[in-house]
Amino acid sequence: MSPERTRSIVRGTLALLVAAAAYEALAQGGIFPKALLPPLPKVAGTLFDMLADGSMLWHAAYTLTRMLIGFALAVLIGLPLGILMGRVRALEGFFLPLVSALMPIPSLAWVPVFILWFGLGNTVAVLVVCYAAMFPVVLNAWSGVRSVNQLWLRAAGAMGADETALFWKVMLPGAAPFIIAGLRQAFQRSWIAVVGAEMITSSDWGLGWVIYDAKEFLNADVMLASLAVIGAIGFVFERLVFGSLERATVLRWGMVCAVKG
Amino acid sequence: MRHAMHKTVSEPGSSAGPLRARLRGPSGSHTRWRALARTALPFLLVGALWEIIAHLGTFPPRLFPPLEDVASALVRLTVAGILPRHAAETLLRLLAGFCLAVIAGVGLGIAMGRSRLAEDILLPLVSIGAPIPGVAYAPLFLLWFGLGNVSAVLLVGFVSMFPIVFNTWTGVKAVKEIWVRSAQAMGADQERLFRHVILPGALPYILAGLRLGLAQAWRILVVVELLAAVPWGLGWLIFGAREFLNTDVMLAGIVVIGAIGLGLENLVFRRLEQFTVIRWGMMAA
Repeated sequence: MSPERTRSIVRGTLALLVAAAAYEALAQGGIFPKALLPPLPKVAGTLFDMLADGSMLWHAAYTLTRMLIGFALAVLIGLPLGILMGRVRALEGFFLPLVSALMPIPSLAWVPVFILWFGLGNTVAVLVVCYAAMFPVVLNAWSGVRSVNQLWLRAAGAMGADETALFWKVMLPGAAPFIIAGLRQAFQRSWIAVVGAEMITSSDWGLGWVIYDAKEFLNADVMLASLAVIGAIGFVFERLVFGSLERATVLRWGMVCAVKG
Repeated sequence: MRHAMHKTVSEPGSSAGPLRARLRGPSGSHTRWRALARTALPFLLVGALWEIIAHLGTFPPRLFPPLEDVASALVRLTVAGILPRHAAETLLRLLAGFCLAVIAGVGLGIAMGRSRLAEDILLPLVSIGAPIPGVAYAPLFLLWFGLGNVSAVLLVGFVSMFPIVFNTWTGVKAVKEIWVRSAQAMGADQERLFRHVILPGALPYILAGLRLGLAQAWRILVVVELLAAVPWGLGWLIFGAREFLNTDVMLAGIVVIGAIGLGLENLVFRRLEQFTVIRWGMMAA
């Protein structure tokens, strides 16, 4: 490890420690009520208790299940649609205006409409996630397919690749950087959507519901503990799941460069 | 990539079609009408489908109103001045929060890009806050700052700050070393280096960050308005309409939300880009 990198890590750790100490001093100082600004050991204790009695795991499991079902639906519909839009002119002409018109509407604005149509509960959260994740998937698949180098297609065609081989061996890998970037963006949006939807549809389980419910009882420690869990899950997905997906495909194929730092 | 982009622009069916046709004068009017019809067709089909379902009576009309009800609600509320006031309050909130985010985000991002010390200190803090979705902070902000506008504006600012910080930071770091060196060799002092080299050099990234930040703020503002219980605002309008089963009002509100979102993206940012980075030849149109 280079001395510069070591220095960065030391400084970063120091900054975090100083921030934590400042927060702690503010919390213990008693200027603000303890209920609103709980000291860090209390937050850590709450987090540990909720993990130990399993309630946090259940909340996280509910949230993740809702999110993953909606996300999977969006990928199942959006990926083929986007690819077809990139290949078939008629479909592009039909769906592109619709997608462009619906995309600027925030997914959470549909929550009240979906509640009226489908009642309170899981369906609303899943549908909102699906709506949020759909557009990045469709648009990125569409632009990915269109940006595949024409030369590669002609070369593969000249070497005798049939339609199936052309699709699986050239088109899909060629569009992969765009598609993966779209999935990443879709995940971020659906993570926001699921937490927001849970706050509003209040269904007894789920991280968004815990945070919102904790407000009623002034349990700022529960809120901060759940925020930590939400952030940790988001971070794990972003870095580990999508990071390794990228490393296994487009990075290994040398189609994009690794971002330094 | 560039090749592909160039190709699409020259296609008559693409979104650039109508404009190009208009520029070409009367001889292109035929193409323009065809392009217009082609864009309108999907909306007409979906609208007709909606009408058929609404009039079949499978669902109660209160929950699935025909389009003419939605349109009349839109007109009624606009004429009564209710919808414009809701929209104005929402936009004001968005603007206030976004201004805070721009000031804080661009400032922090530039500091992080220019100074190693600032980068080492701020990056861990920003990286911890960024992966948490904005709405999740909402209850905490409400607890700390109370119900109302203060929480809503601060939350919108806080959430849209992250993409701005990251992009500004990346943009400042991505300014070509050779530009900085040659400016210095030509005798530019720190202030001129910053104003004439680093800021324009980082601008494509900063603009992309502003765009992302604004989009994120817009996505959560609707919910924040509901949670913060502000007296006016589009978010409040649609959630309030749910209580009375006014689906037509809700859909009218959603139409306005979508239109504003589209307007922010197309009118504000595309213009801004055209005036700066595209004119300077740093980005392809």
